[in-house]
Amino acid sequence: MSIARHWRRRHNLYRLIGTRCRSCGRTFYPQAQRCIYCGSSDVEQARIDGEARLLSYSIVYSVTDEARYEAPVILGLVEVGGVKLITEITDASPGELEVGMRLEPVLRKVSIHGESGLIYYAVKFRPAMGGGGSGED
Amino acid sequence: MTLQARPEKGSGIHGWGAYIPRYRLPLKLIASTWGWHEDQYKGLNVREKAIAGPDEDSTTMGYEAALNALKRAKIDPSEVGAVFFGTESKPYAVKPSATIIAEALGITPITMASDLEFACRAASEAMRSSIGLVSSGMLKYSLVIGSDTAQAQPGDVLEFTAASGAAAFILGPSSGASAVFEGSYTYVTDTPDFWRRSLQPYPRHGEGFTGEPAYFHHIINSVKGLLEELGLKPGDFDYAIFHQPNGKFPVRVGLRLGFTMEQIEPGLVTPMIGNTYNASALMGLARVLDRARPGERILVAPFGSGAGSDAYSLIVTDEIVERHDLAPKVDDYIARRVEVDYGFYTRYRGKIRLMPR
Ligand SMILES: [Zn+2]
Repeated sequence: MSIARHWRRRHNLYRLIGTRCRSCGRTFYPQAQRCIYCGSSDVEQARIDGEARLLSYSIVYSVTDEARYEAPVILGLVEVGGVKLITEITDASPGELEVGMRLEPVLRKVSIHGESGLIYYAVKFRPAMGGGGSGED
Repeated sequence: MTLQARPEKGSGIHGWGAYIPRYRLPLKLIASTWGWHEDQYKGLNVREKAIAGPDEDSTTMGYEAALNALKRAKIDPSEVGAVFFGTESKPYAVKPSATIIAEALGITPITMASDLEFACRAASEAMRSSIGLVSSGMLKYSLVIGSDTAQAQPGDVLEFTAASGAAAFILGPSSGASAVFEGSYTYVTDTPDFWRRSLQPYPRHGEGFTGEPAYFHHIINSVKGLLEELGLKPGDFDYAIFHQPNGKFPVRVGLRLGFTMEQIEPGLVTPMIGNTYNASALMGLARVLDRARPGERILVAPFGSGAGSDAYSLIVTDEIVERHDLAPKVDDYIARRVEVDYGFYTRYRGKIRLMPR
């Protein structure tokens, strides 16, 4: 991701700002000029929050050199406040993952550009504190 | 010097929060890796230390502690007029963490923001400055963050205790605060006890300077100065919290000043997670606030090498009760632990350098 692109998207990445469509009423992530469902351009920014659950996940063992420090990388399909998004799952080893488990958003480093470049931060999800299981609290 | 009226009384702590990463390295694994005799660490009164994961740094940890403090303060983030980030493990040498955290919390753009450095007491300097900013009415709320991913040269004795963690506080007017400041006092001198030169990854320490001339001298003088100004004695406090480079120094300095184990123990976190540097005494304060009852009086005395110490007296208000459960407690984070080995630690903390291909 370029410096300019990350900077423009910093609110989306830091605070999960997505899009709500005023025409069909649906909300999605990330931010866009048009609704991905009905094509309407009558859209507004919306913060994606609320209860989050892990719908599915994939464990990536073959990673780039840069990501070797945190391998394996876990990519999750997460439903948060009714919106589905693909995100990294952190603070979990593969054996701790369970489909349906409660998650919560955290701010983490997502990319570091070499020894002297920028450090990029964004929201990831981790198993919720005080009850990561699929049951209630 | 006597002031006509103590300005501190116009300010207080509205919200507090902490963060501790989930990984724990037992000290016995450090000793066995580097061939230390067990006596080298057993006297420290620290069992294991918290270490940040590979995608964490002082900025991300400070963010989560600040988020918890905001939840307890129950204020709109845009009401915060200053964000101060105290650390000795800045991810960037030049580029503030304070603005990243302020942006992620929704505090920007109408706010002061800066990173402060004074070894382990930068965040405490932020706290004392915030008392002035808030009680003068210059701004309503100030966010004070202490956060460190403390690093030590592998094999150095500092490696036993250098840990990761963060604590944060929302300071604001005394009205509506969870605890109101009663007084504050600072004592600093030029002391060569601990330093890290520019571009150096690990700190050095001046043997013979770390204990008596640095830690004990400065904390004893700041606490005695505060007690004298306020006309209080150790027995007037319910809790006494000191900087915790290990598990024995805070106990020793507290007893020497006339406090009891009963007052010291609730604020003692280093035995369970190691020394979190800028978050050390402030994490102890967060843990005490997690359980404090209205009317109780708290003494907290952070310390930083180089060297200096601040002492504060706080009185807990009725407001605290409903805020205890608005965010995870220090003990919730202490309980969230995954033990790792030395190999994990060297990889997670970037001590193994991968050659670019
Ligand atoms: Zn639509």
